[in-house]
Amino acid sequence: MNIFVLLKRTFDTEEKITLSGGQINEDGAEFIINPYDEYAVEEAIQVRDAHGGEVTVVTVGNEEAEKQLRTALAMGADKAVLINIEDDIDYADQFTTSKILAEFLKDKEADLIIGGNVAIDNSSGQVGPRVADLLNIPYVTTITKLTIDGDKVTVVRDVEGDSEVIETSLPLLVTAQQGLNEPRYPSLPGIMKAKKKPLEELELDDLDLDEDDVEAKTKTIEVYLPPKKEAGKILEGELDAQVKELVNLLHHDAKVV
Amino acid sequence: MARKVLVLGEVRDGSLRNVSFEAIAAGKTVAEGGEVVGVLIGEEVAGLANELIHYGADRVVVVEDEKLKQYSSDGFSQAFMAVVSNENPEGIVFGHTALGKDLSPKIASKLNTGLISDATNVEVAGGNLVFTRPIYSGKAFEKKIVTDGIIFATVRPNNISPLQKDEGKTGDVSTISAEIKDLRTIIKEVVRKASEGVDLSEAKVVVAGGRGVKSADGFQPLKELADVLGGAVGASRGACDADYCDYSLQIGQTGKVVTPDLYIACGISGAIQHLAGMSSSKVIVAINKDPEANIFKVADYGIVGDLFEVVPMLTEEFKKLKVAQS
Repeated sequence: MNIFVLLKRTFDTEEKITLSGGQINEDGAEFIINPYDEYAVEEAIQVRDAHGGEVTVVTVGNEEAEKQLRTALAMGADKAVLINIEDDIDYADQFTTSKILAEFLKDKEADLIIGGNVAIDNSSGQVGPRVADLLNIPYVTTITKLTIDGDKVTVVRDVEGDSEVIETSLPLLVTAQQGLNEPRYPSLPGIMKAKKKPLEELELDDLDLDEDDVEAKTKTIEVYLPPKKEAGKILEGELDAQVKELVNLLHHDAKVV
Repeated sequence: MARKVLVLGEVRDGSLRNVSFEAIAAGKTVAEGGEVVGVLIGEEVAGLANELIHYGADRVVVVEDEKLKQYSSDGFSQAFMAVVSNENPEGIVFGHTALGKDLSPKIASKLNTGLISDATNVEVAGGNLVFTRPIYSGKAFEKKIVTDGIIFATVRPNNISPLQKDEGKTGDVSTISAEIKDLRTIIKEVVRKASEGVDLSEAKVVVAGGRGVKSADGFQPLKELADVLGGAVGASRGACDADYCDYSLQIGQTGKVVTPDLYIACGISGAIQHLAGMSSSKVIVAINKDPEANIFKVADYGIVGDLFEVVPMLTEEFKKLKVAQS
């Protein structure tokens, strides 16, 4: 089975966010594989181990994403592809990224493409379904279970807490939700092996794409931090008096009940 | 410039979701004086059209087909694209729900347009339509504009106020036919886990429990408080992982993002991943035994104490308030 994973390098969830020159300050920040994409890598490896084939991890970004691709290789993916857009594109949106990924994937005869359901930095959740549409293959988002039997695929999809059991077929694109699996940590031998696994770097030229073909349709005009919350009021006194005061505050001051 | 804007009315269990009325309000802003057209897709949904009009849609277009009884991205995109080719809209607004998140990127791809997902505000500023959306799990915000093509956005529930309902408002309701075929994903079964009653992502009041509730039974007092306030019960990942409740209740970076008017956190320490799911709530109350708990840093009001003492007392006080109000 020919399996592709769409991976994004993101900020570590625990990082404190600061601004510098109107942009999110990336200096010294820890970067990781987007957590939902880790589920995707794990699932791809499990599907390959059960059904045979090859797992290729692909990302759109700059050369710093090599580190996250190597981590995916160390987990057990077979090949990695970095589509480096740093020199060609100043501002990419989901339209840009999807176009590039679809152009890369169109002649790869992928049986299964797995991504995270959302990236924790920009959290738009668009790229998976957009790529599937451009490739004209079906997709199922936010999946928690994947069962493949020949060409027939059964997927469990998380829908705001409810579950849908969905029947579909290969080729297919799915996006991972928490609960799909427990991503493995790269083992030491895995890390050693990953150094020798192929990591191909491509640019837009290699995909016969022009900057104009993938020009963003949206633009960020401002990034700002939420207003600092004033320190809350910790109530004091006897517990029943505190409770009465709280109800009073919620009713008269905050007017939310 | 005046625009024609399509707004998808999302139907769940035979009723329109609140977020659809909020999407109409956003659609009005996007339309800048133009027309807001509600779109209803399903097996038998035309009966809901007038409600969209009462909430501000100028007219409604309905696509009905037995193959649209359940959602599928293929079926719903075929239906929606049929409306698009009839109407040639300049704007589109969906709710940022499971359905909206799944369908909107496919429509955007078909229209070759951008898409601003999960907007919490839209306004006209400096001659542009400016959308606000949370990024980095709500730790920052960005303002975005569309630079090319149709203005297309999804709006986060509970952030944009719906317009005042006007039951006297009338408008045209038309039905168009669309060829619904070749559905490549078929729903075989739906397993209901989310609790009945108030929808967590749309609730005005959320009472959430963490590890501090200690057991599944520990959620009972929280449920009683939520019932008095007409709210929904939620949980932290800790409580879900400990099997005190179902993952359908989980609020946080994984799980649901909620923006209620009032969020009451009971026995929740306030891990950063949890804050990502609730820190934009309008008023936050924290109840925790540990005065150092992180949740107090984002709370507007805090009570340091045992939730099993405080929560039932709160329920009683709110009951008294409700009696006094009625």
